[in-house]
Formats: sequence, structure tokens, C-alpha cells
Amino acid sequence: MSKNQPGDDSAALFHGSDEPLGPPGPLTAALSAGAPMAGSFGTAGRGPRLLSGGGRRATAISTLSTLVVLAALVAIFLAAPGSSQVRHTFFDPHDMWQSFIGNPKQGYYSVGEAVWLNIRMFLAAEVLILVLALVIALIRQSTSAVLFPLRVLAMIYVDFFRGVPLLLVVYAIGFGLPALRLSFVSYQSYAVYGVLALTLSYSAYVSEVYRAGLNSVHQSQVAAARSLGLTQGTALRYVILPQAIRNIVPPLLNDFISLQKDTALVGVLGAIEANQAAQIYGSTVFNYSSLTVAAILFLILTIPLARFTDRLIDRDRRRRLAGAVR
Amino acid sequence: MTAAGQRSPELRPGPAEPAIAVDGVDKSFGPNQVLSGISLSVATHEVICLIGASGSGKSTLLRCINLLEPIDAGRILLLGQDVTGPGVDANVVRRHVGIVFQSYNLFPHMTVLRNVTLGPMKALRMPKAQAEEAAADLLARFGLADKRSEYPDRLSGGQQQRVAIVRALAMQPQVMLLDEVTSALDPELVAEVLDVIRELADGGMTMLIATHEMGFARDIASRICFLEEGRIIEDAPPAELFTDPRDDRTRRFLRRIVDAGRL
Repeated sequence: MSKNQPGDDSAALFHGSDEPLGPPGPLTAALSAGAPMAGSFGTAGRGPRLLSGGGRRATAISTLSTLVVLAALVAIFLAAPGSSQVRHTFFDPHDMWQSFIGNPKQGYYSVGEAVWLNIRMFLAAEVLILVLALVIALIRQSTSAVLFPLRVLAMIYVDFFRGVPLLLVVYAIGFGLPALRLSFVSYQSYAVYGVLALTLSYSAYVSEVYRAGLNSVHQSQVAAARSLGLTQGTALRYVILPQAIRNIVPPLLNDFISLQKDTALVGVLGAIEANQAAQIYGSTVFNYSSLTVAAILFLILTIPLARFTDRLIDRDRRRRLAGAVR
Repeated sequence: MTAAGQRSPELRPGPAEPAIAVDGVDKSFGPNQVLSGISLSVATHEVICLIGASGSGKSTLLRCINLLEPIDAGRILLLGQDVTGPGVDANVVRRHVGIVFQSYNLFPHMTVLRNVTLGPMKALRMPKAQAEEAAADLLARFGLADKRSEYPDRLSGGQQQRVAIVRALAMQPQVMLLDEVTSALDPELVAEVLDVIRELADGGMTMLIATHEMGFARDIASRICFLEEGRIIEDAPPAELFTDPRDDRTRRFLRRIVDAGRL
């Protein structure tokens, strides 16, 4: 009895939600185009192929379940008491377009243009982080007695910047350095201070990722390299680092996805990046669809990197399984 | 007597410089004394096998000679030169001493060819073309010509170990140290690696070999050293050590080996 009841319920829901969403033809087509995305979750592109054995049935089930979940979420959203208010405030197509293209005469910036600053800050910070973090990781991994003070400094650095919220670092750099009124240091743009703050903070995290990678390379590889008469530096460059970096590409890219979003924090200094431009629009026009635009732009930035990460992992896995594939 | 017996008189008259001279070497890891006062001399073109139970110090001795482990006391001389003294560039010494490990330790991210050419190119500054030509010759000599573009994980254990030997040989070392090179191999793959070592011995390569392959040791070695607890208990030609060991401990060890069907 009690077993049957929920089963019937879900069947009813199943049919109920299928019907109002209209003709099955175009919808199933649209969803099966989306199906590989769902399948790629976790198994990086193997999903569709795995399903092809069970064939259409598996595809149909996954399509329908996706449909049901989406329909339910949309239904909840539309049925909410404040739905029309929210749709007007956050999803108004006119305001979204206006904030995207911007209008300086009305006192607001283009979010679409401002996102270029995020991209530029991200790219600059990324390169600096990769270099600085590697230096810190190598210092922390060193064993020579002479480098002991450096090792202590590196440890303090990592502890400090991992412990302090990034927002506070952005404030400290962005407002602190100009206040010092030093000749060169204090007269940079907010974007430069932002990149500096991001670099300082993220290098602490990324150095730990590097360190994990260096530790993941077995000591016997070091022995093999050194036994050929390679110097420590050469062994590191040709034998240890390539293997270490191969092992840390996924966590590294994960950090960079997060870095892309965190460029938005530089907006608190007054730099006109996407998030700041969106907020200015919101407080000028009293419509926050601009924030949705900013969110969409950040998604457009981060999702390709996420998919790229998946592909790298997949390629690496295949190469490991298949040996020489070039 | 054995091959070494015939060779050594014509090689160098009088007290020739040994290729390797280990002189009273101590080595501990923490409280664990692994080598205690080891002394051993290997003449040029001589092949010496180290036998003994696991943990008797064979591998550590080889790693010390290659300067992969610093020693606590004593000296190690290579071709008459003290390599354990102060101011010795370990990298230069290692270029003359090839070592092959039990677990091959090939570089997994490099092709076979690149594995073999890395040392000559980066340590000896050999031009790429020359290094690749030399590597190709060596690979062909050991039946690996068709494997040059493969990655190590596509090779069998025996092939990987032969590549590791070629990698060490590519540096044109004066001596080769082999550290239980067949211990990690499936039984049917052992022979192909032993054949390679035999060929090296026939070519006059000076070798110090830690091994559990007693039959092979008896065939190839001019002398066998039995180690226990970081000491050389007995050092004798194979005919003598295997048939009439002088020390009780050697006798006990060999009996265990015979009982295990390994001799």
C-alpha cells in the first residue's frame, strides 16, 4: 500500500509535467542536444558512449528526468508569490540589454565592456601566480640549510595569505599602497592593485597545489635523474616538474576558474569591472537585471575553462591507457 | 681459474688502479646501521656479484658508490680518485657511473628515445642528432629498435629494464652498478635482461651487481661477495663460495637459497 502510493504519485507528476510543456518533437530534440552535457558530468565525455549500449531507452529516461526536474523548478519559480516582481527586477530583457551595452550619458557603464577588465586582470594575475607560486613551492620544498630563513618566510607567507580573506587583501593593497604616497608604487590604477592582491592571495593556494604535485613524483624519479649526472635544476626542469604539473592540472585549473570570478572583488576599489558596472546600473536605474548580465558573462568565461579542464583530464587518461598517442 | 683470473695479469702489471675501491665505509639511516666498515675493490673489466638477504646492505652500497647516499665514514675511490672527499662534483662522478634500479625508474612522460638521450644531451651536452644516433645504435643492439617512440608504460617489464640499462649505457660509463635488476620481473622475462648483462660482461664492462639470481651470479661473476648486516662476510670466486663456503653464515644463507629452489 504505502509502497504503491508514492509510485503512483510520481507517475502522475511525470505525466502532468510532460503534457503542459507541449509538443514532444522539438523538445526532445533540444534536450538530446543537451544530453551529452549531462552525460559528460563526471565521466568527461564517456557518458553518451556508455549509454549507447542501453540505447534509446537510457537516453529517453535521462531526457525525461531532466525535463521533469527543470519543469518543476520553473513551475516553482513562476508560482512563487513574488515571481513577477523578481522577473521584472532581475530578468527584464530591456534592462539586461541596456546594462549590457551601457549608456554613459545616463550615468552607467556597459557591463559587456567592463568584463574585459575582468579578463585582463585574470590573465595578468594567472601568469604572475603561476610563477610566484612555483617559486614559493620550490623554496618550501628545498632542503638546503642556507635557505632555512627563506623557508620560514615562505611558510609565513602561505599561512598569512591563506588565512586572510581575499576581500581584505584587496582593500589593504588598493587603499593602503596609494596612501603610502611612494613614488611609483602609489600611483597605479585600481586594476593593477587588484591584480597584485589576487596574485598575493592566490599564490599561497597555488603554491600548495604545486607542492602536492612535486610530492606526487616518486623519489625514485629523482634518483634516476640524478644518477645520470643531471644537476638538481636540470632534473627538476626535465623530469620532476613535467610529471608534477601533469598531476596538478585539474586542481590548478579549478583554482583559476575561481580566480576568474574573484576578479569581481576588485570592483570594491572602484575599478569598473563587470560586477561594479552592474551595480552602478542597478543603483542608477533601480533595476538589477544588470547583475544577471554580469552573472551570465562570468558563466561564459568560466564554463569553457571547466570544459577544457575535463578535456585535458580525459586526454591524459587516454594517453596513459594507450601509451604513445601523438 | 675464472675469466678475471686470466684477464687481470695482462691488464695491468703490478697494483693497478681498481675501477672501484670502497674503503671502510659506514652508513646509517638514523639509528639503523646499514653498512659497517665495508671494504671492496673491483678491478677494471671485473664483474662482482653481491649476494645476501634483503636488508643486508647491497642496494645501499651501490647507491653510496653512485653518491646517491652520502656515507658516514670511509672513502670511495673511482679509478683512483676519491669521490667522497670535499669539493667533489657528484654530477661529474655520476656521469661515469651507470646505475640501474630494481624498479627500472624510466621517465614515464618521455618516449624511450628521449629517456635514453636525456642524460647525454643535458649532462654531457651532446648535440641532439649525435645523442639520438648513439641511442638508436644502442637500442638496436639490445633489440629495442622498434620501441624508440613508445612510452615506457607500453613496454613489458623486461623491455623497460633493458631500456633502463641502455639509458645508463648511453652515458658511456666506466662502471655499471646493477641493483637487483631482475627482482621485479616476471620469471619468463628475467632471461632477456640477464642476456643483456652477459653481453655487457663479455664486452669487458666493469660491473658491480646486487642479485638474487644465484645461477647467474655463478656464471658471470669473477667474485661473489656475501653480505650480512652491512658487512662483507665472505668474498671469493663463485666456484669456491658456492661449493665450499668458509663462513657458517654464508653456508646458512646458501642452504636457504637451495631449499627455496633458487640454486
